[in-house]
Amino acid sequence: MSVKLNALHSDSYIEVSQYRDQHFKGNRYEQEKLLKQSNTLYVGNLSFYTTEEQVHELFAKCGDVKRIIIGLDKVKKTACGFCFVEYYTRGDAENAMRFVNGTRLDDRIIRTDWDAGFKEGRQYGRGKSGGQVRDEYRQDYDPARGGYGKLAQQQRSTEARNTF
Amino acid sequence: MSRRRHSDDSDGGQAHKRRRTSEPIEIEDRLESLICRVGEKSTSSLESNLEGLAGVLEADLPNYKNKILRILCAVARLLPEKLTVYTTLVGLLNARNYNFGGEFVEAMIRQLKETLKNNFYNEAVYLVRFLSDLVNCHVIAAPSMVAMFENFISVTQEEDVPQVRLDWFVYVVLSCLPWVGKELYEKKDVEMDRLLSQIEGYLKRRVKTHVPMLQVWTAEKPHPQEEYLDCLWAQIQKLKKDRWQERHILRPYIAFDSVLCEALQHNLPPFTPPGHMPDAQYPMPRVIFRMFDYTDAPEGPVMPGSHSVERFVIEENLHCIIKTHWRERKTCAAQLLSYPGKNKIPLNYHIVEVIFGELFQLPSPPHIDVMYTSLLIELCKLQPGSLPQVLAQATEMLYMRLDTMNTSCMDRFINWFAHHLSNFQFRWSWDDWADCLTVDLDKPKPKFVKEVLEKSMRLSYHQRIVDIVPATFSALIPADPIFTFKYEDETASSLPGYPTSVTVSNAIKNRASNEEILAILKEVPNPNQEDDDDEGEAFNPLKIDVFLQTLLHLAAKSFSHSFSALGKFHEILKTLTESDEGKLHILKVVYDVWRNHPQMIAVLVDKMVRTQIVDCAAVANWLFSQDMAHEFTRLFIWEILHSTIRKMNKHVQKIQKELEEAKEKLEKQQNKRVTSQRDSGDDEDMEKNSEDEEGQLEEQIERLQEKVESAQSEQKNLFLVIFQRFIMLLTEHLVRCETGSVDISTPWYKNCIERLQQVFLMHHVTIQQYMGTLENLLFTAELDHHILAVYQQFCALQL
Repeated sequence: MSVKLNALHSDSYIEVSQYRDQHFKGNRYEQEKLLKQSNTLYVGNLSFYTTEEQVHELFAKCGDVKRIIIGLDKVKKTACGFCFVEYYTRGDAENAMRFVNGTRLDDRIIRTDWDAGFKEGRQYGRGKSGGQVRDEYRQDYDPARGGYGKLAQQQRSTEARNTF
Repeated sequence: MSRRRHSDDSDGGQAHKRRRTSEPIEIEDRLESLICRVGEKSTSSLESNLEGLAGVLEADLPNYKNKILRILCAVARLLPEKLTVYTTLVGLLNARNYNFGGEFVEAMIRQLKETLKNNFYNEAVYLVRFLSDLVNCHVIAAPSMVAMFENFISVTQEEDVPQVRLDWFVYVVLSCLPWVGKELYEKKDVEMDRLLSQIEGYLKRRVKTHVPMLQVWTAEKPHPQEEYLDCLWAQIQKLKKDRWQERHILRPYIAFDSVLCEALQHNLPPFTPPGHMPDAQYPMPRVIFRMFDYTDAPEGPVMPGSHSVERFVIEENLHCIIKTHWRERKTCAAQLLSYPGKNKIPLNYHIVEVIFGELFQLPSPPHIDVMYTSLLIELCKLQPGSLPQVLAQATEMLYMRLDTMNTSCMDRFINWFAHHLSNFQFRWSWDDWADCLTVDLDKPKPKFVKEVLEKSMRLSYHQRIVDIVPATFSALIPADPIFTFKYEDETASSLPGYPTSVTVSNAIKNRASNEEILAILKEVPNPNQEDDDDEGEAFNPLKIDVFLQTLLHLAAKSFSHSFSALGKFHEILKTLTESDEGKLHILKVVYDVWRNHPQMIAVLVDKMVRTQIVDCAAVANWLFSQDMAHEFTRLFIWEILHSTIRKMNKHVQKIQKELEEAKEKLEKQQNKRVTSQRDSGDDEDMEKNSEDEEGQLEEQIERLQEKVESAQSEQKNLFLVIFQRFIMLLTEHLVRCETGSVDISTPWYKNCIERLQQVFLMHHVTIQQYMGTLENLLFTAELDHHILAVYQQFCALQL
């Protein structure tokens, strides 16, 4: 009787994405296994000013939060726009993927994705300048994420120097 | 490294499953897909799609009959919103292949029995409704359907069974009549009249003590909160008066009437309703949530009346759509908005009403609260020109009726509204609500606004809230969530704890050891004692105050800092809070320093319970203490209480699970030993090892058994403490009012009595285990009838 109709049990919001952490210690199979069991979410596109308290308030709507680790600029040790949210159970994390991913925190649409689990060191941005990689190369101006991307900032200051 | 964004995919982005290349699996998947998708948006008409699909399935019957049977049974159970699409399909198949029709009916009956056995009563309703609509498709003979209904209604004659059981059988029959009433009356009007008269008799004598506990508003105006069976009965009566003319349900089978009426019908086998089992879990009674009527939709189609059968069908179908698609909010929103027949009804109003109805449902919403927030946001995105206005209108109406809204529902309204606003830059016409400034701050309207602003602040920051409300609202703006440090600076130097605070602070900054810090703390005088006790081990509130205030002050920067501090000095804190007084006092200190930051208080209390610095009973005693009386009606108090109860419940469940697993392991081990003995004969060593393992497991089980009993005892004690405190507070209030000849219905009283209700409702599953104790010790006949009524209403929910 308990027929599982694939077409009727779609739960696409909780599926594992294509992203794989290049720094993961282990093979693809191990990473995938951890992602499928994980209670931890990566949260991206945060403002640099978004606090742990704001993250907690939002994500606690899906269940008890075990811990939050705010992502830091490796050099400045200040928030650089991402964080990890770990729940006590996977079911709560799934609800966050279904109902918080793609909604706003601090006026910004945030994005959540499965994470294989926090390890010391993973709280730091991996961009050359210390922040996230995406902030190295983006061309737009985002006041909540340090203004222009790092490369664009350098280009601008080069231009400015050349102009004067 | 591109991350694929699920939110970008229009259909929700199903992952591609790697298919095995074997054909039958592919064909089965295809059949599933074809059947599940029929009726969805298509370039062809529904009729031609059904015709085509019937042809395909008929051709596949020789090879895939069982699979097709299983799929059709599953959609009958899982896609009730597409009921008539699938009954038409079955009708067409039956017309082409009589035997298949018969086998399908048999399969459905088997499925119905299974479903009832497994307590899936809601799904069983859909199955019976499906069978009844098959009468309209000439698959099932009307008299045999009437006979099944008669068997169902005969259950109302049973004695000594829960009322909710009898309710269910009545509900099933009534809820099929919008679909099949006309046909059944045409064929068997005498029997149907008798049936309805029996139902009427039952409804008149059934007990409705539970209703007040489930109502969202205590007022009857503008819309009565009707008990669900009463409402359905009124709707069926009206339908009967209208001679069973029902024009809302989409009936594809009408177009195929010439084909279908040629088909031979089957008789339903006689169906004896399964008897009552003690572990049966019948659905809880409900109240029908209504907030709109035809006067609320300004232009366009008229909203069907509250007792029209159309209203019932629309609401049923919308609830079913949410039940099917709640995990995928974009699909859910799209499906709601493409409801068939939407042009004849003010669909946005129905959708908003159904969603709020679920969100405010008591005891609890069918799905997690945050789902409804995200669903409403998706709906606003899909209908930006119309839905936000309906939502604003609904919000306004809910605000207007706050005075009589149940406190639990108000909590959910507060959380929803603040979260919703945070997705729309907190834009709201606050001035429209200026009336809340003209009454006492403890009245529902200003209280609501205050709590909304507090929640909104948590999702943003203090200055933001100051900026978004008019200056006139300043009294409702939450406090700036900053630390209050007693030993801040030299102005506090006269306080007895000040010198030690400075010393401890420096010690912590210099990474002193726990022993060093404890030595410093030993010097703190004990205000509770005249002489020095020998070890300084007795409860010393000043010691706790100095240490904790200083520590939390150093760690005030963020949650993580504070958690780290609690972790680092866990030993010291455990020592300081060994006694119950110590536990109570540590909570008091946390409140003292963080009283402007309730969110921080909540997370610290959570951490302290989880690391066993305080226990659950201490938290309950603290919340009910005189020191916290002035905060008693604030939302954060109840969030902490319910969070604490949930932690206790989860703890018990966890140990019970460990015990179950250990028992299973032992059983497996014992079986293994028996079979290996049988297989390999006597091997003394192996046997000894096996026995050792079993011995260890048995010991483990014994230990876990004790742990479970101890945890359950703690759990029972927690509820006793909580209920006892409620009874004390409420009795005090009632006696005081009585002697002073004052009306008992103050805002405080309404809050308190509804918070008591809330404890019962939110934790009803756990509390049922302890009903005997509660009745014997606390909820006795001597209790004031106002308080006893809450208990009696709760008992009535499952009787």
